[in-house]
Amino acid sequence: MQDALTTVPHVEVAAPGEVQPRALNTRLGRGDRIFFRTASASGMLVLGIMVAVGLFLAIQATQALRATGVSFLTTAEWQPDSGKFGIAAVMVGTVLIALVAGVIALPIALGTALFITEVAPTWLRSSLVALVDLMAAVPSVVYGLWGLFLLQGRVIGLSRWINTWFSWLPFFDVARADPNSPLSSSSVYTASTFIAGIVVAMMVMPISCVVMREVFSQVPVGEREGAFALGSTRWGMIRVVALPFGRGGIIGGTMLGLGRALGETIAVVLVISPRFDINFHILEAGGNSVSSLIALRTFESSGFGLSALMAAGLALFAVTLVVNFTASWFVARSRSGASSEA
Amino acid sequence: MTTFAMSESAADSITDELAQLSPDLWTVSSSELTCLPPRPRPQSPPAQRRALKKFSRSDALPLVGAFLSALSTTLLIFGRLTPLSGQLGFVVVLLTTFLVTYSVLVSLTDDGPAVVDRVMAVLLTSSAVTALAALFSVVVFVLWRGHTALMHTNFFVSDLSTTGPLDPLDKGGIAHALVGTLIMTTIALVITVPLGVACSVYLTESKGRATGLVRTVVTAMTALPSILAGLFIFATWILVLGFERSGIAASIAMSIMMLPIIIRSADVVLRVVPGNLREASAALGAPKWRTVWHVVLPTARSGLTTSVILGVARGVGETAPILLTAGFTSTMNLNPTKDPMVSLPLAAFELVRSPQPSQVARGFATAAVLMILVLVLFTIARIVGGRPAGQLSTRQARRTVALSLKDVERMQETPIKETVRA
Repeated sequence: MQDALTTVPHVEVAAPGEVQPRALNTRLGRGDRIFFRTASASGMLVLGIMVAVGLFLAIQATQALRATGVSFLTTAEWQPDSGKFGIAAVMVGTVLIALVAGVIALPIALGTALFITEVAPTWLRSSLVALVDLMAAVPSVVYGLWGLFLLQGRVIGLSRWINTWFSWLPFFDVARADPNSPLSSSSVYTASTFIAGIVVAMMVMPISCVVMREVFSQVPVGEREGAFALGSTRWGMIRVVALPFGRGGIIGGTMLGLGRALGETIAVVLVISPRFDINFHILEAGGNSVSSLIALRTFESSGFGLSALMAAGLALFAVTLVVNFTASWFVARSRSGASSEA
Repeated sequence: MTTFAMSESAADSITDELAQLSPDLWTVSSSELTCLPPRPRPQSPPAQRRALKKFSRSDALPLVGAFLSALSTTLLIFGRLTPLSGQLGFVVVLLTTFLVTYSVLVSLTDDGPAVVDRVMAVLLTSSAVTALAALFSVVVFVLWRGHTALMHTNFFVSDLSTTGPLDPLDKGGIAHALVGTLIMTTIALVITVPLGVACSVYLTESKGRATGLVRTVVTAMTALPSILAGLFIFATWILVLGFERSGIAASIAMSIMMLPIIIRSADVVLRVVPGNLREASAALGAPKWRTVWHVVLPTARSGLTTSVILGVARGVGETAPILLTAGFTSTMNLNPTKDPMVSLPLAAFELVRSPQPSQVARGFATAAVLMILVLVLFTIARIVGGRPAGQLSTRQARRTVALSLKDVERMQETPIKETVRA
């Protein structure tokens, strides 16, 4: 009977003290060492370039900043050669353009994003997504041309109407306009912050819309279906499920758009006529922005003037940085933001 | 068993039918069996499927009716009642009256929440229509203003060196700007593609402490206003190092702007490569660099291509950095290291600032060419990158199958060959 049974072959079991773990070789081979060295070298190179840009701007700007001190933030004129210059006017202009763009772009971006994710029939969705992405890719000079040659003439009527009925709001007031006189010239309404803001809104809208759509498409199916199962209408579902879920994305997307609007150059240069005083009247002719100041003044500036421009550029960069990081913070902090890329 | 699944009424009706068909079957044992006396049944209408279709005729009719009514009201307001004018105002008044009429019409049949739902659907739709109409008007307007110049072949083959602002459109063209854009973009690509892809590989594959810092700085640099990239190159390359304004200066400025965009999107693309592919490769004994080169990068190829193309589309259309670094010229310049060179967006920008109508038409045509270029790049990006990593198109799948068939053949052949050799 002994041979008929299968027996476990005798194995020499090592005494507990003798057990040696297999030596795991974590040393990288030569190929891997070269690979990691190349990869981290390129990473460091990119880091170096980016830091160099920031540092160089900062160092160059110190000369001008030291000359003016705090008055750099409060002076409106821009005459570096006589020592009187500051970013008060241009920064206010930049922020106003970005705000007008944001106010116009936010509802359209939100509506379009909700339309794409909730309302549009399925067969239409992918082409709508492509069209919105396409809108983001159209070069800014094209939008600038459109704003200057087509939009300006159309918007003057709207500006006049707003001025006629809402001039009691301080920022809708236009100093030299007389809305009651039918013969008054329309040139007081041209090249205004308002028109530049509309053009910039066109560029900003798709950027915000992409982020919002991304967030709305991640609304959990369970919550969506739950709302419908409780008898909610489509808008009811959007109001109680989609909008609260995507709040971070809405804020983040809008701020990301604002960040882009602050840095926009060419469209603003084309549309606006530069002026150097703090002007809150958005319908009035003339305005300014930091980037258009740099674009127009770089060539005619000497060493010190260039340093002043760098200081203005640095201030703009600081503002866009704060806006962009706040945007990504909002997106990352929201419930939906863990996997979205903005 | 089947009667279990049947509804009660169906079972009853079968019993009734049986009773009608063979009355004697029932009469035989009627004394023993208890039978329900036949009773009159209420004739219920045949059950109908609930309509699940989202958009029915009763949805469409109020829409059409409200639109017609709103159109008539607005025409009346604009034509007869008030001195209003302007297309923008017309559209706004039309939309408002439409919304009011529509909500009144819907509230005749539906209750509160349903009315709100309908009105909000119309609002969402109209915002999407506004966005698309704006895009449409931009494209059509630029093409329409530029078509007079685009009709002439010379516009694409000659430059503006011998053409004055007053010359007609059948003279001169923007070949120099086209070539300039091509050269600048090529140089920028040569700089950014290897550096950007290597940097994003570094960000995803290496676990060094510096990756977080690099990622943060790159994210910060996407916020850099493009004019500052130009200002930086203008101040260093041209003023400090003493080079003249040239194509290469513009390319470097363009690269500084494109690099963060490419790295950020390539980083995202590489991170979504499935981890089990990497582990499978490591389990087969491949060193890290082989895993990256043969598994990670090929898997993410379409996504990487998309991110590069999107970066290029952004860089090609950028005017501000080139304005400061490339200079402006109206002659053809093939040498990027010497003499000013012009690109399409810069040419468009300078041309439309001229008061001469023919120059403005040339500027619009240049913008149209630029726009078409970006649209083409964008379409290529959509076609290439339309699918996530690891999902193959039909042709790619066919190629992969062919490759692995070849592998099978090779593996089956090798031992035979060895035996023959032996």
